[in-house]
Amino acid sequence: MTSASPTVLKVIGLSLRFGGLMAIDDVTFEVQDGEVLSLIGPNGAGKTSVFNAITGYLRPQSGDILYKGSRLSGLQPHAIAARGVVRTFQKTSLFGGQTVFSNVLMGLHLSARQRPLAIILGLSSVARDERKLEDSAWDILRFMGLESHAHELGSALSYGDQRLLEVAIALAARPRLLLLDEPVSGMNPAEKIRFMRMLDKIRRDGTTILLVEHDMRTVMDASDRIICLNHGRVIADGTPREIQSHPEVIRAYLGERAPRAGG
Amino acid sequence: MTRWKPVLIIGFLASFPLWLTSPYFLHILITTGIFTIAAMSLNLLLGFTGQLSLGHVAFFGIGAYASALLSLGFEVHVTEDVALGVAPKPVWLAMVFGTLAAGLCGFALGKIAFKVRGAYFVIVSISFAEVVRLVAVNWVELTQGPMALNNIPPLKLGTPDLLELSFLRKPAYFYLVLAIATACYVIIRRLVNSHAGRAMIALRENEPLAMSVGIDVTHYLVLATVISAAMAGAAGALYAHYVRIVDPDIFLFIYTVIMVIMVVTGGKGTLAGPIVGGIIFGLLPELLRALGIKPELQWIAFGVVMILVVFLLPQGIVPALDDRWKNRKRHPPHVKPSIHVGSGAPR
Repeated sequence: MTSASPTVLKVIGLSLRFGGLMAIDDVTFEVQDGEVLSLIGPNGAGKTSVFNAITGYLRPQSGDILYKGSRLSGLQPHAIAARGVVRTFQKTSLFGGQTVFSNVLMGLHLSARQRPLAIILGLSSVARDERKLEDSAWDILRFMGLESHAHELGSALSYGDQRLLEVAIALAARPRLLLLDEPVSGMNPAEKIRFMRMLDKIRRDGTTILLVEHDMRTVMDASDRIICLNHGRVIADGTPREIQSHPEVIRAYLGERAPRAGG
Repeated sequence: MTRWKPVLIIGFLASFPLWLTSPYFLHILITTGIFTIAAMSLNLLLGFTGQLSLGHVAFFGIGAYASALLSLGFEVHVTEDVALGVAPKPVWLAMVFGTLAAGLCGFALGKIAFKVRGAYFVIVSISFAEVVRLVAVNWVELTQGPMALNNIPPLKLGTPDLLELSFLRKPAYFYLVLAIATACYVIIRRLVNSHAGRAMIALRENEPLAMSVGIDVTHYLVLATVISAAMAGAAGALYAHYVRIVDPDIFLFIYTVIMVIMVVTGGKGTLAGPIVGGIIFGLLPELLRALGIKPELQWIAFGVVMILVVFLLPQGIVPALDDRWKNRKRHPPHVKPSIHVGSGAPR
């Protein structure tokens, strides 16, 4: 299946240094159209740095990032989002002082068709566009199952709902490639199950997903393919089954001495 | 109800010249109105994009000077022999030009200054105002320096033979200020309720997240600055043709501070906030004077009122009233909740 799909994202020889620390060291991988690819690795392996580099929040020292053949490196985050590459954040990140509905409306920024002059003159085209955006916002809220919270403040939601709202905001930007940074961290098991169902729905809509996650159950269940990073380097790339038994991965997580439990 | 509220308020304000015949009170209302426009313009930046421009008075002054100069005409020497002269233009055209000039300066400042945020932007904006003030003081050939621009012509519309509308009298000028204030209010309201305004609020709330959904930070900050600067410039132009004398003191830091106080006490990031704040701090000095309080004590009283408002209502007056109104709707007054779970500030 993966061989038949075209490559949407190519990361080639990516390196990123913070002073003397190599956060990412010559990382190369590809993301195929329509797959769920997970990045795993111990803390500090460079997963979030890879996300930040792809979405323009960090400037890598070397390497190339190609999305559908065009270069993303050097573009501003908003320009990368406009090309269909949208990310969420590791720490819950909302427009907290706004209602859930406004949060999604703000996420719909790229769908808006309003010129400043038309806004100032109060043209009817602006009002029509607003209705359209509001309809889209309701669609997204229903899709994420958040419609009953529409008029609550974002910061007043339960933790699990806040994480869903983050994804709703990202979806509002109409991503073709969605980068989720630890979306289920801190969720309870019921919320995780709900989230997995959501992920499946997003994916069936044709969105490619790049996932960073520590929760191994979620990673193994959701991913088509997994890449394991350690100390900024790719140490393994394969299906969940291959990764689970990969000696390098086991060493990265459990340490140099192989498990001797029960020995 | 909400639809009619603005109409009723404007109708009430418009009735002032009918029953308030004292020119002194009308004068206070006019200056209050002009400052309220400036406060509204500052609120667009400070309240909605969250950027504190402590050089805002520069736009007000640029509008005043540009409008005054164009209506008076001027001649400056670029080199020893090359002179650039402009003949006096009609006042309305000068006022439009003053507004545009301030907007253009806002564009330039925004493009340069929004490479930095927060405290750095505050410093850049203060420096900008100071540079403009120094230009006004020292470019004597153009601005007359500390001697001030005198005899600025008042606004007249139409032609003398046919139908002439003179804004020399106070009631007429009051209506002009009211009309422009209303226009500014409508523009800001439209902006805030559009996707451009949402982008600005999104930047204030969470800049990294705003970028992640495709909001071009610089673009919207510059847009807000241009509109804000143009409105402040319009207020400055109104001021210039009302008091009919403009000197470099117009750029004093205290005026920016007064605008910030108006916005913060009224409620930044609300539509009505700067209007409430503008009216309170426009009328308060005169009220204190009427009570016979000495000028030295007036400033102290001014400060005490400000500190009380900030201390008791950190969000400002309008949000506090809003909360109270909503709470009353939620709990009818005869069913007093035993424990009040306030969402607002600690008391």
